[in-house]
Amino acid sequence: MNVRLYLWQRATAALMAPLVLIHIAVIFYATRQGMTAADILSRTHGSIAWASYYGLFVAAVSIHAAIGVRNILTEWSPLRDRRAGQFAVAFGLLLAALGLRAVFAVVLS
Amino acid sequence: MLAELSVSLWRGAQQGRYETYSVPQRESQTVLDVVTFVQRHIDPTLSYRFACRVGVCGSCAMTVNGKPRWTCRTHVAKVAGSGRIEIGPLENLPVIKDLATDMQPFFEKWQQAKGVFAPSKTRHDGIEQIRPDSPVRVAADAAIECINCGVCYAACDTVRWNADYLGPAALTRAWTLVNDERDAGNAARLQAVSETGGCHACHSHQSCQELCPQALNPTAAIAALKRRTAAAYLKREIKG
Amino acid sequence: MTTGVVKHRGSALWIAAMIHRLSGLALAIFLPFHFLALGLAIGGEAKLESFLRWSDQPLVKFSEGGLVFLLTVHLLGGLRVLAIENFDWRDGQKQLAALAAAVSVVIAVIFLVRVF
Repeated sequence: MNVRLYLWQRATAALMAPLVLIHIAVIFYATRQGMTAADILSRTHGSIAWASYYGLFVAAVSIHAAIGVRNILTEWSPLRDRRAGQFAVAFGLLLAALGLRAVFAVVLS
Repeated sequence: MLAELSVSLWRGAQQGRYETYSVPQRESQTVLDVVTFVQRHIDPTLSYRFACRVGVCGSCAMTVNGKPRWTCRTHVAKVAGSGRIEIGPLENLPVIKDLATDMQPFFEKWQQAKGVFAPSKTRHDGIEQIRPDSPVRVAADAAIECINCGVCYAACDTVRWNADYLGPAALTRAWTLVNDERDAGNAARLQAVSETGGCHACHSHQSCQELCPQALNPTAAIAALKRRTAAAYLKREIKG
Repeated sequence: MTTGVVKHRGSALWIAAMIHRLSGLALAIFLPFHFLALGLAIGGEAKLESFLRWSDQPLVKFSEGGLVFLLTVHLLGGLRVLAIENFDWRDGQKQLAALAAAVSVVIAVIFLVRVF
């Protein structure tokens, strides 16, 4: 971990604090209401607000989780900086790809 | 009627084993007394390190029942629960023999962190007036009393997990110099503590702060370094 | 370079740090599956609906409670670390860590009570 990775990880963490709180509220609401897929999708379809919110969330968590995984790999596995960094980037890209696909799925499909 | 302590001491180097000795328990006995007794009366081949015996030099630091501490300042009564003590060398450092470790990596990281004063004046310049109550001097003084005993370094999980990590003592010293108005080496120092293994590797477990025999708080000093280096990076004074 | 058992690992703040790291790791492993589940909507609303009904099972709902705990404890532990790193030092970190864990359990229990 150096100053650059540190700042990216802490900045995405701070950004996600309110996003997570909103997400927990959404989960509580949706599960209590016993929402069906139709209920959910009718709210998210074509919604710029939901697309922006979850798009931002996906971008932030992809960076944050990738750097976190990189730290765990360098400290707890035999991998060193370069390899751990490569694995982390791959993982971050996977999260971003699957995440943006999920956002697309609920907003546009 | 004197009770007997069952004392396990690490014998060997990196490879070795614990050997158990019987030591008579005495009033106000310290762990250093116990180790000394073994070396003088039972096994003269035991190697260990000490100097002042009164808690001002930090030389006698060892792992006692799993915790790094100064053995001259650890009363047996406090740690020998059921009459047993286990004493090993400090963790995270190469073992020379038995209870003595090689402190060289500790001091090399001190240098790597630029924990060295870089003068800005010569003898021909006037003496710099430093107010003891200025905020930076107060910050430096709060962290300055480190005597390099290595307890924090031995206690730190991040030191154990990350061979590059400079460690709590080196970073705390760097922080005191960052706050020293006479020092001219901050550009290089802030860079040095911002690389891989620098202050940003600290996870704030706080073992250092909990165990420092001088009641220093490396966690706080390192957190302050994180703020300072982040600002320097954003202002492009250092590279990431 | 470990010659013996290191006892300070049991300290409260070490446990807090472990919970923070392991919850983050668990969430990171969970996320791809979460995204794949939501991505079912691409195949039509019925696909997502059948997944949601599958997740009505008590065992799944219980696991979701676990996820709520992991997310909340990771958030609160993270806020504690951000506070240490960005504000003046304050003592009482053990108490704050314990509070974070307790609040996370409460939130997860509230979630479970609401869904069962």
